[in-house]
Amino acid sequence: MVVLEARNLTVDIPTEDGVVHAVRNVSFSIRPGSLFGIAGESGSGKSVMTQAMMGLLPNADIRGEVRFEGRNLIGLPASEMRKLRGGRIGMIFQDPLSSLHPYYTIGSQIAEVLHAHERISPEEARARVIDMLGRVGIPSPADRYDDYPHQFSGGMRQRVMIAMALILKPALIIADEPTTALDVTVQAQIVALLDDMRRDFGTTVILITHDLGLLSSVADDVMVLYAGHRLECGKAANVFRAPAHPYTAGLLRSTPASYKPGSELAPIKGRPPSLLATPVGCVFAPRCTEALPHCATQPPPLRVYSDGVESLCWLEKGAGTTAPVPPRAKATHHAGQIEPVATVENVHLTYQVGSFFGQKRTLDVLKGVDLTIGKGETVGLVGESGCGKSTLARVIAGLTPATAGTVKVLGRDMGALDASQWREMRRQIQVVFQDPFGSLNPRRRVGSIIGDPFRLHGIASGEERKAKVRHLMEIVGLNPEHYNRFPSEFSGGQRQRIGIARALALNPALIICDEPVSALDVSIQAQVLNLLRRLQRELGLTYLFISHDLSVVRHICDRIAVMQGGKIVELATAERLFADPQHPYTRTLLAASKAPPAPTGGKDRVLAETRQVAS
Amino acid sequence: MSDIAENDFSQGTEVVQRGSLELTLRRLRRDHASMIALGVILCIILLAIIAPWIAAITGHSPIEQFRDTGLSPSGIPVGPGADFWLGTDQLGRDVLVRLAYGARVSLLVGVFASILASMIAVVVGVTAGYFGGMVDMALSRLTDLVMSVPFLLCALALVSAFGPSLMLSVAVIVFFSWAPMARVIRGQVISLSRQDFVHASRSLGAGPLSIMVVDILPNLTVPIIVYTTMQIPNSIVFEATLSFLGMGIVPPTPSWGGMLADASSNSLYLVAWWMVFVPGTALLLTTLAFNILGDGLRDALDPKSARTARHLKRKPKGASKS
Amino acid sequence: MIRFLARRIAFGAGVLLVLSAFVFFLFFVAPGDPARMIAGDKATEAQLAMVRKNLGVDRPVIAQYGTFLSRALTGDLGFSYRNQQPVAQIIARRIPATLSLVAGAALLWLAIGVPIGIMSARHPGSFRDRIGQAFILTGLSFPTFVLGMMSLYLLYFLPKQAGLTLFPPGGYKALTSNPALWAWHLLLPWSTLALTMAAVYARLTRGQMLDVMGEDYIRTARAKGLSEQRVVWKHGMRAALTPLVTQLGADIALMLGGVIVIEQVYGLQGVGALAVQAVTNQDRPIIIGVVLLGGLFIVAANIIVDLFYVLLDPRVR
Repeated sequence: MVVLEARNLTVDIPTEDGVVHAVRNVSFSIRPGSLFGIAGESGSGKSVMTQAMMGLLPNADIRGEVRFEGRNLIGLPASEMRKLRGGRIGMIFQDPLSSLHPYYTIGSQIAEVLHAHERISPEEARARVIDMLGRVGIPSPADRYDDYPHQFSGGMRQRVMIAMALILKPALIIADEPTTALDVTVQAQIVALLDDMRRDFGTTVILITHDLGLLSSVADDVMVLYAGHRLECGKAANVFRAPAHPYTAGLLRSTPASYKPGSELAPIKGRPPSLLATPVGCVFAPRCTEALPHCATQPPPLRVYSDGVESLCWLEKGAGTTAPVPPRAKATHHAGQIEPVATVENVHLTYQVGSFFGQKRTLDVLKGVDLTIGKGETVGLVGESGCGKSTLARVIAGLTPATAGTVKVLGRDMGALDASQWREMRRQIQVVFQDPFGSLNPRRRVGSIIGDPFRLHGIASGEERKAKVRHLMEIVGLNPEHYNRFPSEFSGGQRQRIGIARALALNPALIICDEPVSALDVSIQAQVLNLLRRLQRELGLTYLFISHDLSVVRHICDRIAVMQGGKIVELATAERLFADPQHPYTRTLLAASKAPPAPTGGKDRVLAETRQVAS
Repeated sequence: MSDIAENDFSQGTEVVQRGSLELTLRRLRRDHASMIALGVILCIILLAIIAPWIAAITGHSPIEQFRDTGLSPSGIPVGPGADFWLGTDQLGRDVLVRLAYGARVSLLVGVFASILASMIAVVVGVTAGYFGGMVDMALSRLTDLVMSVPFLLCALALVSAFGPSLMLSVAVIVFFSWAPMARVIRGQVISLSRQDFVHASRSLGAGPLSIMVVDILPNLTVPIIVYTTMQIPNSIVFEATLSFLGMGIVPPTPSWGGMLADASSNSLYLVAWWMVFVPGTALLLTTLAFNILGDGLRDALDPKSARTARHLKRKPKGASKS
Repeated sequence: MIRFLARRIAFGAGVLLVLSAFVFFLFFVAPGDPARMIAGDKATEAQLAMVRKNLGVDRPVIAQYGTFLSRALTGDLGFSYRNQQPVAQIIARRIPATLSLVAGAALLWLAIGVPIGIMSARHPGSFRDRIGQAFILTGLSFPTFVLGMMSLYLLYFLPKQAGLTLFPPGGYKALTSNPALWAWHLLLPWSTLALTMAAVYARLTRGQMLDVMGEDYIRTARAKGLSEQRVVWKHGMRAALTPLVTQLGADIALMLGGVIVIEQVYGLQGVGALAVQAVTNQDRPIIIGVVLLGGLFIVAANIIVDLFYVLLDPRVR
């Protein structure tokens, strides 16, 4: 019995640069009532595949077969497809704000689904929508029916999206990264709601996500996609217990959430291939640590194991369970005797906000923050969006003046600097930004971007500057030959290295890393985190590390400050905070972040069958 | 495509090389409409350049009135023929020669006024967008003011006060053309200023001038080039309109608008169609060519603005957070 | 909301003040003696002085401007130099022709431009899109007076020579006297204006729809199983509407101040034609009056558009 079965699904998308082979020869089947997880990094084809299946990519060239309720979805007439969409298959998308129409009330947007698929009076539709809103946990749904999306919080909006997808009790729901745009604590609630709803309604759920921790906690089956290929598929419990494909194993190892104290993260080297090219052998071979000589030249066979796990790999026994984990170098600082680089005392920040019609309100962003950052240590600043962590960073950097309180960096009061002292202070504090696409000027060459600090402070020029920039590029693991390239020619992880090189240029006393890895894929994240740590060891750097993700800060930080509502509610050493959280909010945060279980090995697993697949 | 992932990240292989001049030119060259438009523009420029030679070959000066050969006995202009290739106007002047000299006025005014207007727009837009606050308030209100003025009426008022002249035409065109572009530039600068690379420069200690010139201006080259190109036909039509209404170039200096005005007076063109179709077609071809080229330039310089595969745009994971 | 409205009205009043000062002082510093224009070349100095006293132009310029402003507020814009009639009356007589032209053309250009823009945006890069783009570029490039003159030649003169009167040669007939004749006389002006403006609206609609149709909420609408018609017209157009309304308000306001070129080409006795005649005759009070009226329309339209904007977008309510 299956709800949906895909056979040899291939999706090609023509673009100006050539044909993007987004999905290649992917097959899977989904049991009724189950939660089927599709995991993959960006560019793996996971979203493209489901959208193509649903006929939402009109330009795509789709081949293969997708059977749903006895019919092949590929090539189904548009009118039939429309009846299925919303009626039999509901969809939930990543960003609930942009996915809801800003100009219509949420009630009318949900009711529209009813009117599109059934003959129903407006009153009856309204009643059903209100009932549904109540079931997904919208408080006083009757009153909120006529509210607009912007009047809801992110989590509530996603509940509205879920209500919209469920209102006709579809057989299948496709949730595409439904929690990625939400805060950690809200994420957990939304996942729990999805899980409840599928039990209540008997609905099958496809959950698409890059978050393996999330999948390990709810999925019945998982499928791992990489560059459009299905590398591994099987029962979630079996896959997470013993990943059969080296890629899955590598992903699990590089997830900061599966970090064990005293170990270094093991990133997957390199980066994903271009989807324009057709690989000769295994698509993962160039990055694989266990690649055999023929992996790069011959397409891999499908290995089927005794516990139902399938893997597209030359390895007969599956991936090794223990990876070469480099030992973690001991942190060099000793608490107590370190000199402070920055001290923050009772800092307040209040904004005057004028609304569209001119009434003024005040907004307290920081409400009395104390923090000390010692030389050579890494302090983590963790909190959900809007807690004031990025604002605090800007205040420490001297980019935003504090309303009250003092910030001292290297013993100097940031509030009392004259213009030339302020400029001088710019050399001491550097910032690494979140978005590797936005933080580099797209119209300037990498050499001049990294050379900017020298230019602005008149330090080195001409050949000397060039030599320094090349040296910096080498330090962060970039090829100095690429001096004259534009940022668009680099991948996300490489761009973040450029940003780091720029921050290193002037030997700053403090580097503020503002969510430096949250825009990167897991395997790349680990590379950048390891680079940051290596640099700290070698150059004795001091970091203020801002993140919304506790597991990332745990890996890199000596001490962690948890922020909520403009205040630091808990400050402790990293291990202390995880072992013995004091503040209830810290406990909520810890409970909400889900880590995949550590692989325990699959000793009892034997190879059952090997199939050749046409690539 | 030998774009298989490298074994070592320091040996980064090429991603697709984008944004280079070469690629832009190649895209533009593939665009037949733009290439034809460019050809038309070059022809018109050539026509303007060789105007004296045309006058020499035909033996007709642009302002000379051939009352005997250029007008019928009843005073009606002569149609296209061996003597006057594109006919004559109501005073017996050679339409072809006047057309060539008129091209000089149109191109000169069009290009010159557009570049001036763009310069004002860039200065105003960048200043307003970058500094924000009171500076933005003042400059935006000024922009609004200029856009809230019935420009053709004001132009008429100005001309009626000072009398028509070439300089006044250019001044009027510039004054009423910079505002829309300034508004666009301001919007772009505001969104650029919010980008992290501007924050990065600021946190490195870069001053406002450095940020505006080094960081922001290079990112405005596409809109500046495209808007200036698209402003040229607008300026040409603006000038022709002023001349058509008798408020632009002072006769007997030939200008396309003025030639059309001559045709329009006493509905003369109903019996001498060439008086309207010759300068009218020239005007239409010129503006059309510049508009097509502007469109083509925009597509070539900024392919993601209008092309397909928009829905493929990926959002970075978690980028919407914090 | 009240404060917002008050701010907009204050800005509008400011614009009008600047505009009135601009035209008023423009004529003060400009060469030319109004007294001589009225009295004629043969007038003696004594006669000229008389005329100046009557006009009030012998007083200091600030005082003149003050008098002008206070009168203008009551709707009194002075008298024409040429025939001594009240300026307000002269302009009022011209408004019906301009209004008829603009209202009819606006309906027509919306009916042509918006569907072309949508058609073009729905299949970017397709053959239909290229047709749409060709229409847009041609329309944008056609100077209205060239299009007008060519139309008159091809649609009025040539058929008439063949003994066929398809269209009138021009002029305006009042709607109240004969609606059919009114429409017949306006048919060519409407089409000329509408064709060039439709290109503007098609381009705007196309750009807006291209942006909107790439939004996530459009994907949601499709995922709901709505028909493509409903996705485009209800979800897409609703979001693309605001800039269209803004543009429409601005264009109509600008044109109500006189569609100078079209009125000139087709001999419509509207406000724009009046302005041109006044410039030719150096009839300064009329020029000032027309400019101020044009400014007033634009300012009023800006305020109305802002109100619409608030009405259309629940997020700024």
